[in-house]
Amino acid sequence: MAEMERKKITKGFWIKLVSVPILMFFFAYAMVPIYEVLCDITGFNGKTGTVETEQLYEVNEERIVSVSFFASTSPGFPVQFAPKVNSMEVVPGKFYTTSYIAKNTTDEMIYGQAIPSVAPTDAALYFKKLECFCFVKQGFKPNEEVEMELRFVIEPEMEERIKDVSLSYNFYKLDS
Amino acid sequence: MKLLLTLAGAITALLSSKSVLAEYGLNMTQGITDISKDIYGLHMMVFWVCVAIGVVVFGAMFYSIIAHRKSKGAKAAHFHESTAVEFLWTGVPILILIAMAIPASKTLIDIEVLDKADMTVKVTGMQWKWQYDYPEEGISFVSNLSQSSRDVVDGTPEEREAVDNDDTYLLSVDKRLVVPVDTTIRFLITSSDVIHNWWVPAFAVKQDANPGFINDAWAKPSEIGTYRGQCAELCGKDHGFMPIVVDVVSKADYAEWVESMQAEKVAEAASATMVWTEDDLVAKGETIYNANCSGCHQKDGSGMPGVFPAMIGSSVTNGPAADHLNIVINGKGGMPAFKMLSDSELASVITYERRSFGNNGSVVQPSDVTSAR
Amino acid sequence: MSSTTTAAAHDDHHHGPEKGLLRWIKTTNHKDIGTLYLWFSFVMLLVGGALAMGIRAELLQPGLQLFEPQFFNQLTTMHGLIMVFGAIMPAFVGLANWLIPMMVGAPDMALPRMNNWSFWILPFAGAILISTFFMEGGAPAFGWTFYAPLSTTFAPDSTDFFIFAVHLLGFSSIMGSINIIATVLNMKAPEMRLMDMPLFVWTWLITSFLLIGAMPVLAGAVTMMLTDRNFGTAFFDATGGGDPVMFQHIFWFFGHPEVYIMILPAFGIISHIIPTFARKPLFGYSSMVYATASIAFLSYIVWAHHMFLTGMPVAGELYFMYATMLIAVPTGVKVFNWVATMWKGSMTFETPMLWALSFVFLFTIGGFSGLMLGIAPADIQYHDTYFVVAHFHYVLVTGALWGIIAAVFYWLPKWTGKMYNETLGKVHFWWSLISVNVLFFPQHFLGLAGMPRRIPDYALQFADFNYISSIGAFSFGLSFLLFTYIVVDCIRNGKPADARPWPSAKGLEWTLSSPAAYHSFGEPPTRAEILAESQHS
Repeated sequence: MAEMERKKITKGFWIKLVSVPILMFFFAYAMVPIYEVLCDITGFNGKTGTVETEQLYEVNEERIVSVSFFASTSPGFPVQFAPKVNSMEVVPGKFYTTSYIAKNTTDEMIYGQAIPSVAPTDAALYFKKLECFCFVKQGFKPNEEVEMELRFVIEPEMEERIKDVSLSYNFYKLDS
Repeated sequence: MKLLLTLAGAITALLSSKSVLAEYGLNMTQGITDISKDIYGLHMMVFWVCVAIGVVVFGAMFYSIIAHRKSKGAKAAHFHESTAVEFLWTGVPILILIAMAIPASKTLIDIEVLDKADMTVKVTGMQWKWQYDYPEEGISFVSNLSQSSRDVVDGTPEEREAVDNDDTYLLSVDKRLVVPVDTTIRFLITSSDVIHNWWVPAFAVKQDANPGFINDAWAKPSEIGTYRGQCAELCGKDHGFMPIVVDVVSKADYAEWVESMQAEKVAEAASATMVWTEDDLVAKGETIYNANCSGCHQKDGSGMPGVFPAMIGSSVTNGPAADHLNIVINGKGGMPAFKMLSDSELASVITYERRSFGNNGSVVQPSDVTSAR
Repeated sequence: MSSTTTAAAHDDHHHGPEKGLLRWIKTTNHKDIGTLYLWFSFVMLLVGGALAMGIRAELLQPGLQLFEPQFFNQLTTMHGLIMVFGAIMPAFVGLANWLIPMMVGAPDMALPRMNNWSFWILPFAGAILISTFFMEGGAPAFGWTFYAPLSTTFAPDSTDFFIFAVHLLGFSSIMGSINIIATVLNMKAPEMRLMDMPLFVWTWLITSFLLIGAMPVLAGAVTMMLTDRNFGTAFFDATGGGDPVMFQHIFWFFGHPEVYIMILPAFGIISHIIPTFARKPLFGYSSMVYATASIAFLSYIVWAHHMFLTGMPVAGELYFMYATMLIAVPTGVKVFNWVATMWKGSMTFETPMLWALSFVFLFTIGGFSGLMLGIAPADIQYHDTYFVVAHFHYVLVTGALWGIIAAVFYWLPKWTGKMYNETLGKVHFWWSLISVNVLFFPQHFLGLAGMPRRIPDYALQFADFNYISSIGAFSFGLSFLLFTYIVVDCIRNGKPADARPWPSAKGLEWTLSSPAAYHSFGEPPTRAEILAESQHS
């Protein structure tokens, strides 16, 4: 065969070529933290953020946003869960407190975790919580009613056109 | 740009009798909101642009096929490149696309430019039904595919045509969503299990119902009437059997409906403290069973071996009421929770299951359900 | 030219092909492996097609006559998976195997033994996938797009086998692509420069880069599914801090390049056939190469146009809408170049040309509906309806499949040394053309009228068009029986074919005998030969 006329494939070539699928496989996994970070930065997917302290914002008293509160529980979570108030008129830049009531009607200790979600997506970035009960494992004693507080602010940078914001908490059962 | 859209819509109207086309199932609905009409206009605009491009390109193609054939004696030319021409047919399409993108962008932003909502409805998708909550009014109910549709799925064509007397096989439900006309309605859409999608074409509202998250959608329906939609994301077995029916009514009618729903709720709560006869429980339970449970457990209670347990001779329906209550209220594994049903609804359906299909389980009263929750 | 003498001279070294069944199991010859891929993909096409016949039989009329809804979901899911991973992709790999070495003047693929393994994984993967029908809980029933959590928490046991099959299929594709890239870049004739290569080689080279980038992401996604289902992770489960929407991002990051993977080789095929039968060089060779590369690049940055309704913020929708619309530009350039190739040519309409010309027409229609779908606000009314089903069947059936069938008729003489029956070929073409349009065109209207996807039963206003579509489906299905006959008849009884049965065909493969010898281009072609066969002149 006239192989001396043809190119010899170098080891470097193989390394470069094979590394592409390997790197892309790890890229798929990298998409997980990238997705988290992007959602945090942009507020996409209704993920809310937090603030550390009660900072001062520039406030326009004329501007009112209606915040409505919702509660859902996943199937198999035997705790009654509802917002204390259905809605509140808020001024962006001011901090407000509300709470959710959870009632364990069973005779057993139940563990759960709440996940928040804000609509519209464009508002999520600006909906900041100071204290909340989300993403924290909660234990509910048998036949216990608990009031869980939430302190939040809507940052004034949120677009003016958004006049209604909804916060929904979804409680899931954890095994222990 | 709005002018362009209106123009496109008008031309379509002139050339193609648009409402007739939609009636014959040939075209998208115009819908009854400003957004739905904008979307229809966009659709027609893109359509006509594509037709125009098609006429030019295919025209050239077909002309060439006819004129440049060997059998007609055509002699092949030799030209095979032209940078100028490549720039031309790269640049012109880009300009056309920009021209289309401008009204499209505007409509997209309009969809998001949110008026102050006059009211909010929470929509929860479940396998395989929708739950509607009106938080301000304190109303909550589940909407299932109508029994009359369910009954004729494996029936004759005539039976299907006769459903509900107005041609709504598979598009009718037992409890409709009711909203007032000329009102800005905000829909908050979520799911309690898998991803569903709530779609009402007449409103141009279609949003995924994601478990654990809420999405919002807006509509301001401007015409009274009944509008139907379907679930638009594969969600399992009965994805095709969980329709949506919305009644847009006058504000006065809506107020009446709200009152009647609230009165119903009060009556339910009252009935939950009463002691029911077994016959009453079983009668009501049968309706609820057929609407909510028969999809999986079958109308005759035989279930599907290995997948959906049978009601007949089951250790649950014949065993302790507490276990049965727990499963129905809170769900178990693949079985969804039914805690959104009222105490008397749950008592009825559970009693029906325990006393029918040859079972000999105990009767369950609404007060039993209240204490079990 | 030099191939037959070389083969004869080196016979004692090569021993020729093995005898019997063992030949096919042990072969490292690109022609044999190409044949294996093509027959495998054809069988998968018939299996996937049978599932489609089942689907259309149920959808012939309103009501549920034949199947339980969950089984119907299994039919639609498996139809999609088998067609994408079992029929279309392996068929293109088969064509690549047969043609690329000949077209670049190489003796074989760069890694012949890996090539064998790439193929033989497929029947196993296919068997595992199909066997899920017989497992408890049934086959996967969550759509070929297998969104979580329907495919994780709520899925049957067979899902883990589905995941395994996908891993195998992906692995096969990745190995195949590595082989193709290595072959094209390193084993093409020393005198052949990149811009001398025929379009089919270019489109496959670019497709291979898409494959090695995208398939591993799919592997990642299904691995995450596997651990979510079995090992307690919560990538896609909101309960555990995960997100079902993230599944869609990862899936479509693979999924969108995937659909371009399925069409680019077809573009290459058409770019060979039209110049041959128009007796005129391909118009705009360089543009065609750059356009293909642009399409490939753009395909990586448009994925979320499948996700407009997941709750995306406006900025995201705007970006993805613009990027999606942009892909129409290089695609349009290709269509214009094909028409310009025909223009002032001297056309005859043998079977391959009929398929190629109708490809241009019908694929463009699919492209138009794609453009419409890309208009994000309008997508509100199109998404998850039969409008989408119509779109992707136009681009995949009258696009990708049409390209494959065109290629089969065009190169069958080279592979077999025999001519197929031209009359039957034309009959088959017209039968297919009419059937496929009766099958899929009404589905545009069904979607616009409001019929969702993936439903086994529908409201009465959708009855008429579903009936028509189903009739088209049965007719189209039957046409494949004729196709089988034509191919088998050609192999057995076809008239001997010339080395260059299409007089105006260009390409190094046409310098070889028909059938091409078992080993070809032991000696690389000269610069003069390369130029003589180039698509430029």
